Amino acid sequence: MTTLHAYIDGIGLLGPGLTGWGQARRVLAGGEPYAAAKTALPAPAMLPGAERRRSGPLVRVALAVGVEAGAGQDLATLATVFSSSGGDGVNCHELCEMLASNDRQVSPTRFHNSVHNAAAGYWSIGAGAMETASVLCAHDGSFGAGLLEALAQVAVDGVPVLLIAADTAYPEPLHAARPIPDEFAIGLLLSPQRGPQSLARIGAALSGLLPTAMADPALEALRGAIPAARSLPLLDAVARGTAAQLVLDYLAHSRLAVDVAPCLPSP
Amino acid sequence: MKPLLLSHFTATSCIGTGLSATRSSLEAQRSGLARCDFDTVDLDTWIGRVDGVDEVAMPVGMEDWDCRNNRLLKLALEQDGFGDAVRAAALRYGRGRIGVFIGTSTSGIHQTELAYRRRDPETGALPEDFIYAATHNTFSAASFTQRYFDLQGPATAVSSACSSSAKVFASAARMIAAGVIDAAVVGGVDSLCLTTLYGFNSLGLTSGEPCRPYAADRSGISIGEAAALALLEPATGALPEGAVLLTGVGESSDAYHMSSPHPEGLGARIAMEKALAAAGLAAADIDYINLHGTATPSNDAAEGRAVAALFGKDTPCSSTKGATGHTLGAAGGLEAVVCALALRHGLMPAGVNTTEVDPALPLAYLLENRAQPLRHALSNSFGFGGTNCSLVFSRAS
Repeated sequence: MTTLHAYIDGIGLLGPGLTGWGQARRVLAGGEPYAAAKTALPAPAMLPGAERRRSGPLVRVALAVGVEAGAGQDLATLATVFSSSGGDGVNCHELCEMLASNDRQVSPTRFHNSVHNAAAGYWSIGAGAMETASVLCAHDGSFGAGLLEALAQVAVDGVPVLLIAADTAYPEPLHAARPIPDEFAIGLLLSPQRGPQSLARIGAALSGLLPTAMADPALEALRGAIPAARSLPLLDAVARGTAAQLVLDYLAHSRLAVDVAPCLPSP
Repeated sequence: MKPLLLSHFTATSCIGTGLSATRSSLEAQRSGLARCDFDTVDLDTWIGRVDGVDEVAMPVGMEDWDCRNNRLLKLALEQDGFGDAVRAAALRYGRGRIGVFIGTSTSGIHQTELAYRRRDPETGALPEDFIYAATHNTFSAASFTQRYFDLQGPATAVSSACSSSAKVFASAARMIAAGVIDAAVVGGVDSLCLTTLYGFNSLGLTSGEPCRPYAADRSGISIGEAAALALLEPATGALPEGAVLLTGVGESSDAYHMSSPHPEGLGARIAMEKALAAAGLAAADIDYINLHGTATPSNDAAEGRAVAALFGKDTPCSSTKGATGHTLGAAGGLEAVVCALALRHGLMPAGVNTTEVDPALPLAYLLENRAQPLRHALSNSFGFGGTNCSLVFSRAS
């Protein structure tokens, strides 16, 4: 089984009760209790005014974690992988509601925000990034699909890749069919070589093993409820700074076994 | 890049179900566009609708996947012996060593549009027979494909609007090069739905007539539906006569605007340059370009400028969207198959519906078919959000 390697050079995180990697790291390492709270949706400072006003929740969380994970880098030069389990839930609901009514004159902004690559498009505009952007979906396995794509790109093209996986809440009546409760987004800057910022080296391979659960019941519930939060076991290992072997969710028959080795500061 | 063999491929669109019908339509310069009669749509526009989609039944045990998008996909993957080819590859490589990469923009959202018309008047709930994951979700077509062939390798939907099923070739090629898989089922499928018909209409981008790419009086797109698939394998050993190879892939982003292309086609040009570089070819080596050519004033102007800047005015080119309509997330895959047919049969297809080429776009735009052996063809696919992908296909020597 082929193993793909990369260094994690930066992490961005937003989710219920998780306000950034610095705070999340303390929570995951056990230094702070986890307290659930509605996910913050920061206005994307990187966008021009018109685009900022048009940006929905998915774009806001995706761009925020991308900026956090890519801190200190020239964002314009980074290749990107975006993965989402289904795009912007509220936007989708409002389009479907309008198309089921007698007035089907949908708004152009709502339509272009409905494309699965909306966050990738806004990111490209905000960062001035003209590099490759892959935009993926694998339902509940979307984080795994994005991680595999990003690792393949790091390995084959030998370039750093910014992975952004993000999901939004679905309002009723879609919520009953797709019960995602809140926004969650993770950004990972993956690099082929170790650098001064490197936090850990990871190696991932397809596996038939079952996904690793979170020890904390509230975080385990979060992992199960939002596809992008299936990344939590990886973040947990990086936060603890110890070597770990874990399994991340992907598809029903193939998941990702990940070895995590912390990058200790040079003596 | 290391060339990959398109060992089998197929396409189904409004110009034909399967390769033979598709080729006949291209040879006859026939358009499949017709006045819009889809669902309850009340727009004055033309569409490229595939016949027989409504009658397709899901395989036993896969009833949950039933929606227009997966019916169209199933219709397509049962043509041209494609299924047998994938099953043989699964035996050869192992089920876990074949990846699935399917491009789509709207997946089975039509199923959700229909469900929203049947909400419970009391509670607003969607009907109980609505199955989100297997129909509406963007992953639906990729999961359908993987399950249909009982494959167990990586699988993903690629959903970057109208470049989706060109970019599947890039993702699959990377995954093969990384050694994660040995072969891949790649392709794209998008089907008619209210979201795209009313959405593109809201942007003023749909035409009231059959679309006329690269015409001076072009007035917008005609939306079509299609499914196209290819089996990608390493090109090793003796290749069969006329074998078609993927030899170059180039991707870029515009960093310009969500729904308008960069006016000079800068992102488009970068994608084409990267594809040529990956193939180790110069612009002069390309015998035919299948243009993105949507027939919106801004797309064709931007792409035309980029092509002229890179290739000059002599490389034969056309957009086949006058025949098929703009099949959105399926366009990259469909036009990859058009290029493969062009290489295999020495046929450069004309851009139908267009009678006079925009004089502001000085290109060798084909208004009539040209029969001539080809060695290399380039296909462009660009999309909303400023996403660009160019592919180079070559006939094995």
